[in-house]
Amino acid sequence: MLRQERARLPDSPPAVYEAKRTEESDFTLWDRVKSPLGDSPERPCDPSDSLTLFLERSPLMPLLASRITNVLQDHQPEMLEEWLRELTASVTRRELMPPSELRAQCSEFIQLLRAALARGRVEDIEGAEWQPLREMLGDLSRSRALQGFTPRETAMFVFSFKRPLFRYLRQACGSDTEALASETWSATQLLDELGLWTADSFQKSREEVILRQQQDLLELSTPVVQLWDGILALPVIGTLDSNRTQIVMESLLQTIVNTGAEIAIIDITGVPTVDTLTAQHLLKAVAAARLMGADCIISGIRPQIAQTIVHLGVELGEVTTKATMKSAFQFALRKLGKTSAL
Amino acid sequence: MERIPILRMGGYLLVTIQVDMHDRLALTLQDDLTEQISRTSARGVLIDISAMEIVDSFIGRMLANIAGMARILDASTVVVGMQPAVAITLVELGLSLPGVRTALNVERGMALLQRDLGTQEAAHAHHPA
Repeated sequence: MLRQERARLPDSPPAVYEAKRTEESDFTLWDRVKSPLGDSPERPCDPSDSLTLFLERSPLMPLLASRITNVLQDHQPEMLEEWLRELTASVTRRELMPPSELRAQCSEFIQLLRAALARGRVEDIEGAEWQPLREMLGDLSRSRALQGFTPRETAMFVFSFKRPLFRYLRQACGSDTEALASETWSATQLLDELGLWTADSFQKSREEVILRQQQDLLELSTPVVQLWDGILALPVIGTLDSNRTQIVMESLLQTIVNTGAEIAIIDITGVPTVDTLTAQHLLKAVAAARLMGADCIISGIRPQIAQTIVHLGVELGEVTTKATMKSAFQFALRKLGKTSAL
Repeated sequence: MERIPILRMGGYLLVTIQVDMHDRLALTLQDDLTEQISRTSARGVLIDISAMEIVDSFIGRMLANIAGMARILDASTVVVGMQPAVAITLVELGLSLPGVRTALNVERGMALLQRDLGTQEAAHAHHPA
């Protein structure tokens, strides 16, 4: 019944549709409609697949449909092959992606595209109906970013679909130039949006990697080592900003608690410049350690740093400062020796 | 009214703060402590804050005040058992408590007090007043 009521598009001969359907499956449309979820064990059926087909063939479809949907319906296998040919011709790093995986990604793309077009509008890819396709492209660009593809290559995945799509659109529109122009425009808009979305996701995943590496770097570069019973050493390498100072303070104080240290030697040989802000951060760390009952010695002060500190008028207060780790260590041992003798 | 107990150990006073200290309690502690120091002629006060997880600027100031008052009454103060998070908070608040001695735990704190007393007495012995 549905078959008779479905409106036909003016240009496509009915015969094509009938032939196509029997080609696709042994089951009639009516059978699919009766059991869209394939509950009968002899006819297993992908639920999303049949739902897509159901929606594509619904009476409402002609009102919303653009030729894109029909073209995808009718020529999916040929378009897939042509697309794969385009991709393997243009992508230079073929060895990174096995052909079977590429084929799987392409057919998944077409599948999700058909599903989204069946439910949603072709102009608006931000809608919820396009969510599965957007997610798929997001995952794809993330994995490509990790594998080392360039953003251009990743976006080309979507853009190279234009050629097969336009070819079959031209075929479907025939001599109707008006329709061809508007369909081509919709198609190019759609694929542009999807391609840009892919490029954006690629960028985002690259940024995530950088952020994660920054975090790792922060954690790696502030170790606290125990030099002797009760003496800790804290070699600071790189600039000391407020973020790092926080991490330095936390790890220093925790180590003081764990080891029961009484002296902490903060070595700033690796700090390139010391300005008032850096000095403040250092003094904060020293004050925090003092509150926990540990004295701090700042060592590794280079001559230029000493000059800078005096010129800036930074008040170091009562903090002991030494030029080298060696003298700081000697001082610490002496101090501990004196106090333990009592 | 709840009070924080002050224990006496030889010539020292030991205070362990185990509850969340609100402002009234802190002021009461100040009063009690100064009174006890003068009554027992204690030479040292040990304040253990290892159970305090939250410290605000009022508590910080209160600790500094107690140390100052004790010094006037000729007793030295040692604060022990500060947790790392509390130390960071106090430093961020700008309350680095100068003039307050600190130690990691009660054992070290007592050693510090005894050392102080020892040096003080040695100094007195060198210069009989």
